[in-house]
Amino acid sequence: MTSDGVHVEVLHSGDQAGHGSRKGYLTGFILSVILTAVPFWLVMNHVLTDPRVMAGLVMGFALVQIVVHMVYFLHMNTKSEGGWTMLALIFTVVLVVIALAGSLWIMYHLNTNMMPTMQNMRDMS
Amino acid sequence: MEASNAAAATATSPEELHFYVADEHGHAEGSTMLGFWLYLMSDCLIFAVLFACYGVYGRQFAAGPTPHDLFDLSTVALNTSMLLLSSITYGFAMLAMEDDKVGRTQLWLLVTGLFGAAFVFLEIREFLEFIHDGAGPQRSAFLSSFFTLVGTHGLHVSLGLIWLVTLMVQVGQRGLVPENRRRLMCLSMFWHFLDVVWIGVFSFVYLIPVLR
Repeated sequence: MTSDGVHVEVLHSGDQAGHGSRKGYLTGFILSVILTAVPFWLVMNHVLTDPRVMAGLVMGFALVQIVVHMVYFLHMNTKSEGGWTMLALIFTVVLVVIALAGSLWIMYHLNTNMMPTMQNMRDMS
Repeated sequence: MEASNAAAATATSPEELHFYVADEHGHAEGSTMLGFWLYLMSDCLIFAVLFACYGVYGRQFAAGPTPHDLFDLSTVALNTSMLLLSSITYGFAMLAMEDDKVGRTQLWLLVTGLFGAAFVFLEIREFLEFIHDGAGPQRSAFLSSFFTLVGTHGLHVSLGLIWLVTLMVQVGQRGLVPENRRRLMCLSMFWHFLDVVWIGVFSFVYLIPVLR
């Protein structure tokens, strides 16, 4: 803004946070392409025979890619908003882990303990 | 502090007089971003619950089709690349916005919208194929949870597309005013967040169940 040689510059207090650079976006994109292509290639070409190892690898690649997206696309860091976004994220991650791991753990055991087998059903009648 | 120093330093030559005005509006934008982030985190919990449902019901096929019978991974790969490309093009739109280039911002938003629309189109086509083959959401617990989780994500992307078109109209009308910048930054977070959820979907819903 300029009028009669007087410069008025508006300082946006939020401007330091939440912005990426072209290099950052491209780095994130290239990493994401690699981290997406490898698990698809692993599964589609049946590279490994043990499904548990494959599942672990796919989950590993997914977790790394989520971090890559958080850093390069969502610009997560410990400083933005005075650390509140990071705190909210950590809280959410804790809840998500409890919800996912808890549900799977409980329901897996319910299935094995509660599902009547054919033998049980014959005994009951 | 620096502002007053700078003003004092240049006060001797009026031609070079600088006024630095701390933008109070910036605080409002900051809290908007934090509030929107909190919304995204709560949305994340919705998806977590739907993922947990899929984890629990994902193997209850009721003698119906299994992931191995149904899923065509090349379609999923194409879908994934559409969403990933739309993420990077939205990033370019944000960079163009920072450079105050209205035309370039609009162009990248349009490209993002087209990739997003392609993603939704491919997903709807996949859903219709499944339903046509008798593998609709009512077929088994596996398919109910599959349609709920992937459908909820698709609904988010569709709403994001409506939001994107609305913002393109608003940017066309008013240009890159602070309000529109704030809205574009919110949509940026929303859009990238949906891509993060999709990472979970293609790994946990498509790739791993196909292995079994």
